[in-house]
Amino acid sequence: MPITINGSPAELPADARVSLLDLLRERLLLSGTKLGCNQGACGACTVLVEGRRILSCLALAVQYDGCSVVTIEGLAADGALHPLQQAFVEHDGLQCGYCTPGQICSAIGMVEEVRRGVPSVVTADLSAETIALTRDELRERMSGNLCRCGAHNGIVDAITEYAEAAR
Amino acid sequence: MSTTEVAPEKSAPSAKPDPLMDRHGLIGAPVSRLDGPLKVQGAARFAAEVPMHGMVYAALAFSTIPKGRIATLDTSAAEGAPGVVLVMTYRNAPRMKPAPVFLTAEKAMGGDDLPVMQDDRIHWNGQPTALVLAETQEQANHAASLIRVTYEAEQAITDFDQAKAHAHGPAMFFGQPLSTEIGDADAALAAAACKVDVTYRTPFENHNAMELHAATLAWDGDELIVHDCAQGVSYLAWSLAQIFGLDEQQVHISAPFIGGGFGSKGLWQHQILAAAASKVANRPVRIVLSREGVYRVVGGRTITEQRVRIGARADGHFQALIQTGTAAKTTHNALPEPFISPARCLYAADSFRLEVNVADMDTVANTFMRAPGEAVGTFALECAIDELSERIGIDPIELRIRNEPDKDPTTGQPFSSRHLVEAFRTGAERFGWDKRSLRPGANREGEWLTGMGCATATYPYVRIPGGAARITLTKDGHAKVEVAAHEMGMGTATVQSQVTAERLGLPLGHVEFAYGQSSFPGVILAGGSQQTASIGAAVIAAHRKLVSELLTLAGSDSPLAGLSPDDVGAVNGGLQKLDEPERSESYASILARAQRDDVTVEAEAAPPAEMAQWSMHSYGAQFCEVRVNAVTGETRVSRFLGSFDCGRILNAKTAASQFRGGIIMGLGMALMEETQLDARNGRIMNPSLAEYHVPVHMDVPEIDVIWTDIPDPHAPMGAHGIGEIGITGVAAAVANAIYNATGKRVRELPITLDKLIAD
Repeated sequence: MPITINGSPAELPADARVSLLDLLRERLLLSGTKLGCNQGACGACTVLVEGRRILSCLALAVQYDGCSVVTIEGLAADGALHPLQQAFVEHDGLQCGYCTPGQICSAIGMVEEVRRGVPSVVTADLSAETIALTRDELRERMSGNLCRCGAHNGIVDAITEYAEAAR
Repeated sequence: MSTTEVAPEKSAPSAKPDPLMDRHGLIGAPVSRLDGPLKVQGAARFAAEVPMHGMVYAALAFSTIPKGRIATLDTSAAEGAPGVVLVMTYRNAPRMKPAPVFLTAEKAMGGDDLPVMQDDRIHWNGQPTALVLAETQEQANHAASLIRVTYEAEQAITDFDQAKAHAHGPAMFFGQPLSTEIGDADAALAAAACKVDVTYRTPFENHNAMELHAATLAWDGDELIVHDCAQGVSYLAWSLAQIFGLDEQQVHISAPFIGGGFGSKGLWQHQILAAAASKVANRPVRIVLSREGVYRVVGGRTITEQRVRIGARADGHFQALIQTGTAAKTTHNALPEPFISPARCLYAADSFRLEVNVADMDTVANTFMRAPGEAVGTFALECAIDELSERIGIDPIELRIRNEPDKDPTTGQPFSSRHLVEAFRTGAERFGWDKRSLRPGANREGEWLTGMGCATATYPYVRIPGGAARITLTKDGHAKVEVAAHEMGMGTATVQSQVTAERLGLPLGHVEFAYGQSSFPGVILAGGSQQTASIGAAVIAAHRKLVSELLTLAGSDSPLAGLSPDDVGAVNGGLQKLDEPERSESYASILARAQRDDVTVEAEAAPPAEMAQWSMHSYGAQFCEVRVNAVTGETRVSRFLGSFDCGRILNAKTAASQFRGGIIMGLGMALMEETQLDARNGRIMNPSLAEYHVPVHMDVPEIDVIWTDIPDPHAPMGAHGIGEIGITGVAAAVANAIYNATGKRVRELPITLDKLIAD
């Protein structure tokens, strides 16, 4: 079974060393997913696999045989920006734009994690059925996505707006 | 829409201010960045993302000693590895000249002037020893790991304290000594009623732009085509031309998007080596430094040790201000960290002694990092003032206000625009400074101590000569501006589109701002917070020429017949006589009558005469509230406010982001950032984002930013660049807040937990 990227099937590489990130960027020319550290420390390469966020630089492409991957290029539909993409633009949740695709994919996965009730280190009540996405919950859960330009406030505002609308 | 006058041609002291400085409409409007939709879709193409047919991938091997020579070099396994196209070492690299070092010629951009893979010499730990080209990145990386090098090591200076023992000075910067002496500061200090004498240290830091340094390049005969992420496209073209013995017109740099720079995106060995290898292999090359590679190959902010002595009267008046110390540097670059710059302009002391000495080290060349000089200089100076304020019993803001100068205290020049006291007063009120405890360590809730601190921010206004712009106006009333400028997150294209639309009297959607190509006019650096002014002055010159050309084209049948640029203004997609609004004609009408599809003009900016006449700086007041855990020493920044005075703000949305970005990098500088150098061998020990800590979401509170918005009448648009002011003063504001919270004065950055729990 091939891997599915943004709804389209793609060939897996013959070289088992190829990361999912390099498959996307170098073989499929889907360069929206970014390379920032190649060691899972910055989050720029975050993509959604079966709806869950993963770091594609730490993933070997061949592991994802048969899986469905959504990248930043797969979010806008019918020529309209995804609501979170639009919120990033409006809240200026970006400057250079390099960490942005990872922030957006990560946030989509993160909001879904909260919806599923997955706790974080700052969640006070681990037995609660629903977790409120407070600013600290959001910040904690997004701390794996680095931004060096310092767009953090706008990113948090954009995700908050999106999460509230999605709820 | 009201009429916009045409800005005066010269920035001579007598020239009228730029009429845009008082305008509203698009000037200052919080327009969302125009390239936002591209960036949020991952559709902005960065340097490593440009496809080239037949391209091969590069990987580097790095030296593991700081100084000496290569004794043996075995590349046979690498050469035999699958997919390998070339293994390049000093033995087979083409002959190249060293890079021209930044600041040593108009368009020089090199980080150092060392030979690039030309001999067996090693000059720093991490210097590239070999470059591999292979069909895939995986093959290149593997082959690079097979290269075996042994060395004959020589004595190297890799310990700052050892280097400091042989420090020399004063350092030279832009051809001037980093030394200022006014009066007998030592005698004044000795006689002063109140004094402080304190020493501060700041570490080696790295920029850590999220985008790795990268280039995709190819040769087309003797033409070199480079997709890069340089902060100075004309600089890079000229510098590469010098290295390869080309005319600068033969080097074509394209850098439409830069994934963060902060001073680091210049010319380092990777572009030179990739271009050389491409020539040898006759293949297009992509080189992307690994994150470790960035630390090894690209320099950062250097180490400083600064001693600040202030002598004051009991009423707080400064009688002596002495700031002296040492900055580490290599002998191969031209940046002695100018940490005395803030002291030169901020306070009206009776006497001064300011000096930077240099300690030579065998490391990767240090370089410019966001607010070089001011970022570290304000840490020492603004902490020392806080220390003095407590000793003398005067509120730290009041102490600063009592020493507010009425002219530049060291040059005697008048200030072009200075509203620092207003920034402090407005900021203090908004932040609630009056609730700060006068007694350190007095506010405790459970394990958490809270405190407030403040500091002055400052960064100079600079406009480097060489700005130029081309404007093309088409008959449908659209304008295109072309400038060899850069967008690395500042919002340049958005802001300059706003400015151009307002200047030409066009809707924003009718203006295109094109940049990032070395073939465009101008020698413009995205550095020194000067790009906005440089572009602004260039567009003023080009616009004036455009209006002149349009009036000529309008001819004798136009309502504008016989008028000169000073008689008319831009409004509603055309020109209008300033005092006779009925005499007007649209651009479309002028071009139609002249039977022209378009008109193109190009002009150079007037020389920066304003800098010779005035003391020109941006200012700000930084306010910080911290919570410090009394048990663990953990510091959390709970509130932060930056109150700025930077002339006119051109886009409230992107400006707020610029200010916040600087402040956040300042929080990192204050609390966590340090490139750890192994003093034994000069090896960087934490070359990764896992071990070099930058602020993450959880470290960043909501940051409040406000500004005076008072135009500087001597700057284009009345505006100052704001890319660097934000980081200045932040580390001091944090350190002062930590002192207020805990009673512990930490004088060495970063202020990590261990320093706060140590007795």
